[in-house]
Amino acid sequence: MPLIEFTDRGLYCPQGAFYIDPWRPVDKAIITHAHSDHARAGSKYYLCHHLTLPLLRLRLGEYPYQSLEWGETITINGVKVSLHPAGHIIGSSQVRVEYQGEVWVVSGDYKTENDGISGAFEPVACHTFITESTFGLPIYNWKPQKEIFASIQSWVKKNQAAGKTSVLIAYSLGKAQRILPCLSEVSDRIFLHGAVWNVHQTLVDAGIVLPPVQRVHLDAPKETFSSSVVIAPSGADESPWIKRFQPFEVGVCSGWMQVRGNVRRRNADAGYALSDHADWKGLLSAIKATKAEKVFVTHGFQAALSRFLNEKGIWAAEVKTEYGEDEEGAPALAEEEGALNGKDNGTGQEKQVQNEPPVNSREE
Amino acid sequence: MTGIDNYIATESSSGMGLFAELVVLLGTSTKTNDKLEALTQYFKASIDKDKVWVVALFSGRRPKRTVNATQLAVWSLEITSLPSWLYEESYHTVGDLAETIALLLPDQGDPVWKSLTTIERTEEDRMNEIGQRSAAKGDGSLAYYLARLTEIGKEEEIIKKDFIVQCWAHMNRDERFVFNKLITGGFRIGVSQKMIVNALAKTTATSAAVIAHRISGNWDPSTISFDSLLSEEGTGSDISRPYPFYLAYALEDEPAALGNPEEWQAEWKWDGIRGELIKRGGQLFVWSRGEELITDRLPEYQAFSHGLPEGTVLDGEIIGIAVSRELRAVSGELRAASDELRAASEGSEAVSDELRAASEAPSSKLQATSEGDQQKSGGGFKVLPFAALQTRIGRKNVTKKQLTEAPVGFIAYDLLEYEGVDWRERPLIERRTQLEKIVSAINQPLLHLSPIISYDTWEELAAQRLQARDKGSEGVMLKKKGSPYQVGRKRGDWWKWKIDPLVIDAVMVYAQKGHGRRSNLYTDYTFAVKDGDKLVTFTKAYSGLTDKELGEVDAFVKRNSLEKFGPVRTVRPELVFEIAFEGIAASGRHKSGVALRFPRINRWRKDKKPEEINTLEDLKKMLELHGK
Repeated sequence: MPLIEFTDRGLYCPQGAFYIDPWRPVDKAIITHAHSDHARAGSKYYLCHHLTLPLLRLRLGEYPYQSLEWGETITINGVKVSLHPAGHIIGSSQVRVEYQGEVWVVSGDYKTENDGISGAFEPVACHTFITESTFGLPIYNWKPQKEIFASIQSWVKKNQAAGKTSVLIAYSLGKAQRILPCLSEVSDRIFLHGAVWNVHQTLVDAGIVLPPVQRVHLDAPKETFSSSVVIAPSGADESPWIKRFQPFEVGVCSGWMQVRGNVRRRNADAGYALSDHADWKGLLSAIKATKAEKVFVTHGFQAALSRFLNEKGIWAAEVKTEYGEDEEGAPALAEEEGALNGKDNGTGQEKQVQNEPPVNSREE
Repeated sequence: MTGIDNYIATESSSGMGLFAELVVLLGTSTKTNDKLEALTQYFKASIDKDKVWVVALFSGRRPKRTVNATQLAVWSLEITSLPSWLYEESYHTVGDLAETIALLLPDQGDPVWKSLTTIERTEEDRMNEIGQRSAAKGDGSLAYYLARLTEIGKEEEIIKKDFIVQCWAHMNRDERFVFNKLITGGFRIGVSQKMIVNALAKTTATSAAVIAHRISGNWDPSTISFDSLLSEEGTGSDISRPYPFYLAYALEDEPAALGNPEEWQAEWKWDGIRGELIKRGGQLFVWSRGEELITDRLPEYQAFSHGLPEGTVLDGEIIGIAVSRELRAVSGELRAASDELRAASEGSEAVSDELRAASEAPSSKLQATSEGDQQKSGGGFKVLPFAALQTRIGRKNVTKKQLTEAPVGFIAYDLLEYEGVDWRERPLIERRTQLEKIVSAINQPLLHLSPIISYDTWEELAAQRLQARDKGSEGVMLKKKGSPYQVGRKRGDWWKWKIDPLVIDAVMVYAQKGHGRRSNLYTDYTFAVKDGDKLVTFTKAYSGLTDKELGEVDAFVKRNSLEKFGPVRTVRPELVFEIAFEGIAASGRHKSGVALRFPRINRWRKDKKPEEINTLEDLKKMLELHGK
């Protein structure tokens, strides 16, 4: 019996009788991170990292939660379970599962570059590795964060010089916090869309130190935002909400911006290929570092990555999950639930809307 | 050759660097003003010889291709050492070869580059030789790279490869992308010629109309200087230089909004290729709308040459024209007769009047012969469907057989230059009167005046418009009688009033990923109609859906793929669309036996089930009605 099975409810460990990131309600769920395609409501018990816990509470509501520190081991029905940093967003973890000497690791989503706020990805030796593949093609090779931040900063400065507001489109959990330090170096007036603000406050309450920001108040006079920096989730730039910032430029931060066609389709003034997922080389180096004999490839370019691994002599197979999107992913069409359901429409109901289970959310 | 290291450091302000930045800016700008600003800044910052090239590239001129896309693919594949299937997968996701290569190549300074050059330079002699002949960077200007690209055309493959690889080694991603684009051709980055013209006008404080004229025609970016390109004399010596075309907007309201019908001239809108016919210096030149000199592709036009007065420029439609065998024979015979008469008349001035009358006779005889065709055409001629022109226009060498099977004619509708004088400022009615004199004097079966539609009221014209398709026309052109001939697309004086398209309901059966801004999305579809209980594909269509709809269809394709053939997916035949098209012709190349003109998706028929789509029989009926 394999240690982890692929069922229609999610990744299941029969020996331990728990699921990892299930997409249907189950009795016991271990959650890698708080993005909505991995953390879904309705289960009877949740286990996650300390920093993921407040985010789950924000997004899923009240449930019986238990949290762990990275490297801390608990035993569930004789199966040893521990969490290890995945470097994807704050709190994101890989799940290590061990039974009778056999070790499996579920990566969740991860990136190999240390972004300074999510904790550095830590390769965990295992027999079987279950990896994501969101950007599993060699065309995805990220520039270093430092370089991308420098481009974003000069873009903001250019906008400031032209008296324009810089609106950055970033996922409200993860990317929004990641770009804050870079932005605070060039502006002391950073405003957050309501959906981003909710996540931000939750993290600040949990003790994470983030640069000072303000919320976009809907009744604030237009001049408030003049030449400032605004962070908003995807979709906000297509709603009337954004009009208050005129004149403004829109910059999109997403790995999909690597390809020119996506930037043009997105209709952004600027696109920054800044991703919270590993690029091609990152995936390969992470897989290699686990020394795994078997690799299962989930959401993304799983066909390409698993074929490549097989040709390189590493046993690999594709696994269909309900994370991310289908084989090719869904670049930039629909992203963060905050944008899809929680448009800041002045009713002050974003929080309530956000608590609804996301309809069609794919997080990069 | 001192090694690749020298080239690794980039100067971001080098000519190629500036150009790459411009292309990035233009590619992401969403507002016309931003693009204009980027171009203006570029023209301020860049060196003159690079500017000339930018004007050339963005007005559709490109250097001769000396390295092909396959070579680029092979060399880059070698450098990346990726399996070829993965390379292809990457290409289908990016949707652009130049960009795929730019993304796949290792970064500048990657050890791979160093190892590559050592492998290739084992013998010192060869190293020196290659080094000298392929110095990769020169002064780093755009003009340098373009000149080198032309030069290496004569070299053997190893030299070409060496140059390209060295260039890649020292370029950053954006530079590699534009460099690859320069090699493979086809710069389509959302910059119209109009925008280039406006930016130049702004930079040089000259009117846009003047700039547009100066940069049109035949000039060589590798030899002309920026100043002379934009000066009066510069390209003035080029006798083939065309005038920029005046283009019409589509009429959206009812024509009644245009006011008094008497002030407007109505003509049929022809479905051919816009062209300019120029007779200067005793030679005939033919330009297409894409500013391409296509004189050699239309040998039949040479017959017009001796009839056209020196210093004449005609604007009109290049289009297939049916010439019956009988008519051809008659016209040949008559031409001989009229030549004889002309010769005779030159001999004796005295009898000229009588003879002139006689020499005009053939013309009326010819008109009479073609009278029978009058019904199916706008005037004394019958146009062929666009497909006929297509068999001709792509070919540089035309065979006799093609000349007989798909003769191409010219329907003249405007006169831009007469006796060497620019007539564009004169009112249309005056230009037209002179045009009629010129064309009727030439008397050739393949040269026609664009017939004027007579009408008194807008209602009458609307009724005539309904017959457009039967005449092989796409609708009606409305031109203000007092208007000058303007430059580019302008509102006000010229309008096109197209007929409603033909439509048919069809089901989507194949999907393929798109290119450019549609890359990595399934946006290119093949459609089928019913034939009994089978489906028969009959057209592809790429446009007509909103981005949101494209997203929906893309998700459907990904979930409902039946088979995968390379980049093509077979999908469950469930989604029904209304396909609109402008014309239909018989075709031996397509399984359905028909070829459509301008097919596009009119709307997504979410209300229809696949069982309710049209049949092959319906298509054939349309072919019978409109395809002749």
